[in-house]
Amino acid sequence: MKQMVIANHLADGFVVFLGPDDRWCRWIGEGRVLEDPAEAEAALATAKRHEADNVVVDPTLIEVTIDEAGLPRPVEIREAIRAFGPTTGAGSGGNAFSDVVGR
Amino acid sequence: MYRYDEFDHRLVAERIAQFRRQVRRRLAGEITEDQFKPLRLKNGVYLQLHAYMLRVNVPYGTLSSRQLRKFAHIARTYDRGFGHFTTRQNIQYHWIRLEQVPDILEELASVEITTIQSSGNCVRNITSDQYAGVARDELADPRVYCELLRQYSVLHPEFSYLPRKFKIAVTGSPNDRAAVAVHDIGLRMHRNAAGETGFEVLVGGGLGRTPYIAHTIRDWVAPEDLLAYVESILRIYNIYGRRDNIHKARIKIIVNQLGIDRYRELVEEDFAASKDTPRPELPPDEIDRIAAFFAPPPYEALDDITDELDALAAGDARFARWLRHNVAPHKQPGYAIVNVTLKAPGAVPGDITAEQMDALADLADEYSFGELRVNHRQNLVLPYVRQRDLHTVWSKLDALVLATPNLNLLSDVISCPGLDYCALANARSLPVARDISARFVDVDRLAAIGPVTINVSGCMNACGHHHVGNIGILGVDKRGKEFFQLTLGGSSDRNAALGDRLGPGLAQEEVPDAIEAIVDRYLELREEGERFLDTYRRVGIEPFKEAVYGVAEERAIA
Amino acid sequence: MTGLVRNGELVEDRFVDASGAEALPESGAVIVGLEQWQAHRDALLLRGEPLGIKLRSDQMPQAIAGDIEHFDVIALEFPKFRDGRAYSYARLLRERYGYKKELRAVGEVLLEQLHFMLRCGFDAFEIRDPDPLGAYRAALSDYTVWYQPTGDGRPTAMQLRRQRLQQHG
Repeated sequence: MKQMVIANHLADGFVVFLGPDDRWCRWIGEGRVLEDPAEAEAALATAKRHEADNVVVDPTLIEVTIDEAGLPRPVEIREAIRAFGPTTGAGSGGNAFSDVVGR
Repeated sequence: MYRYDEFDHRLVAERIAQFRRQVRRRLAGEITEDQFKPLRLKNGVYLQLHAYMLRVNVPYGTLSSRQLRKFAHIARTYDRGFGHFTTRQNIQYHWIRLEQVPDILEELASVEITTIQSSGNCVRNITSDQYAGVARDELADPRVYCELLRQYSVLHPEFSYLPRKFKIAVTGSPNDRAAVAVHDIGLRMHRNAAGETGFEVLVGGGLGRTPYIAHTIRDWVAPEDLLAYVESILRIYNIYGRRDNIHKARIKIIVNQLGIDRYRELVEEDFAASKDTPRPELPPDEIDRIAAFFAPPPYEALDDITDELDALAAGDARFARWLRHNVAPHKQPGYAIVNVTLKAPGAVPGDITAEQMDALADLADEYSFGELRVNHRQNLVLPYVRQRDLHTVWSKLDALVLATPNLNLLSDVISCPGLDYCALANARSLPVARDISARFVDVDRLAAIGPVTINVSGCMNACGHHHVGNIGILGVDKRGKEFFQLTLGGSSDRNAALGDRLGPGLAQEEVPDAIEAIVDRYLELREEGERFLDTYRRVGIEPFKEAVYGVAEERAIA
Repeated sequence: MTGLVRNGELVEDRFVDASGAEALPESGAVIVGLEQWQAHRDALLLRGEPLGIKLRSDQMPQAIAGDIEHFDVIALEFPKFRDGRAYSYARLLRERYGYKKELRAVGEVLLEQLHFMLRCGFDAFEIRDPDPLGAYRAALSDYTVWYQPTGDGRPTAMQLRRQRLQQHG
């Protein structure tokens, strides 16, 4: 099962993914895909240290699949919406990413 | 409308300074998220799916053009260019950064707007009738008491840590547009036998997981006793309300558990005992002082111009439709109440852009004595429009896409933000709302269908008030897929009722067809003058069940 | 550290909290729980020493309304900061039952709450902070305007407004 670590940035609340070098990125495409449970647990532990350091809030592991274009897509709809923005689209202030997932 | 004096300004400034310190301490790690969360909630700051959300009070739904311009400025400067009006006369911003919140609060304070207690386990924004002060059927302007209750409830030392949130609504009209029967405390102004104006007090109403219609705790409370009586209700709730289970912590639960008679006994005992102790008195001169802020604007002496309006309408079908549906009769001759619908086909209910807000503020200045209202169906109101300005106002609203003539009609859908924004949701409510409003575009057909309320909630917390929609839609999550359960027959008016479950959940694509089927069945069955709700109350749920699920047909085939 | 601030001063707690203990200390100022008070009332009164009682948040002060003259301290517990029952209990004790001695807030007492607690009638606070007195003073200066009357006698905004109107005619 492939996973990623998702969280919200403390200061601005934006959704972020744990990326390479343990930095946080806003675009899921730049985040680190975790291939096995051990790697996932280690990444989560890192994320929790960042939470204790007041960088992020509430880091969790989410399941993803990789699509044909190589882009990770969260399996759960809630996480997909967090990754790609509201499905109601840019007209309602959805971020640009919402075009990716569509309806 | 109410204007702050130095005391109000100072309290708000002190509150913002305190929150600024709390944010700084949180960002520096001096307090944890667990310690910070209740502090930020009491300032209306939620952490949602995408960002922080800020909920801003519009006290009892009354808004000045200056305040609306500030909302536009906030949307442009700190958010993504839009705001969202809720079902409780609040505006929400969904893309806020925590580090900017103290600055936003200061900007709002400069126009006498706050986010104080817009969330948290305390008394929330006091809501009221959007037609207060201008409705023909009004007995007295409820906003006077809303303002008194607002001040009374802000940073109350005894009631800042209630078992759960607490919502109070006030109506001054026998046609209750404030839905008092589904609030924790509902106040209905009326006259006693001696002709004095006072309050029928209701307690224990509410929606959410376990919806209840409120009970009358007292038929009559005199205005000077109102705050003290409310204090006793709050005290008994604070002491007896359940704190063991967050889903059982509202006052409606304890009122129904103890029974209204026992709850009343406890409240009356406390109210009697509090007479000789410091309690919030409301002397008549204080009531008068506040009432002066809500005096009518400087109306011109005008006549009703019905004939002229009819002639205009006869020549302009689009104006005619708007006039018929969105304009309500005004107490003052020659004037009208204009409803500004945020419900264009396919729009997100309640959303409004910064440009629309600025333009609407200008319209309010020119045509409505600089004042607007927020209603409970995610629409706005221009409360003081001269009838002779109606055509001009309509054409300007039309150019702003704020004149969809569907007030209280089928496509005037209410929706919570749902899973597209909200961390509590199970399903997306906005696409359903948009699908319905995109399907029902033909205004003549909408008019033929007549008044019917549709309310969509994305989870059992029922922020879309689906329980009291004539047609209620509740989004649920079944094994990772979104389904929508329909209810029929809800209403939040004088004969408030909760909707009845129609049947098994439907997939998102099936909902508009189901609504069509329900509406068609209603049109088949209705008798002269019956609204949807009336027909439903007469024929019951079975005909609609058959229409949507085709059970009778299945039975016939089998 | 946890410090006891009473009447705006950092003080030593001369009471031993025996409310959770099996047996009471032989002598000395002691705080008992409600059950202990009800079971050993006479013996406790015979001790002839300062006596206190601690109520949990699910124990209403009515239970001791008739006995308040026997207590030198009443401690009201906030088991979690969001359990706000003791705010009402404090007001009842001060304003309804006429309790005049030390009313102490114990448990999860947050700095943001001190202001409210003081207005409800508490005059002593168990404060968890490296500098309890400093934190107490800072917290208290947060607000200078109050809308609601309580037994603390602080003038409300309504009262100040009316005074002002009377002065200026």
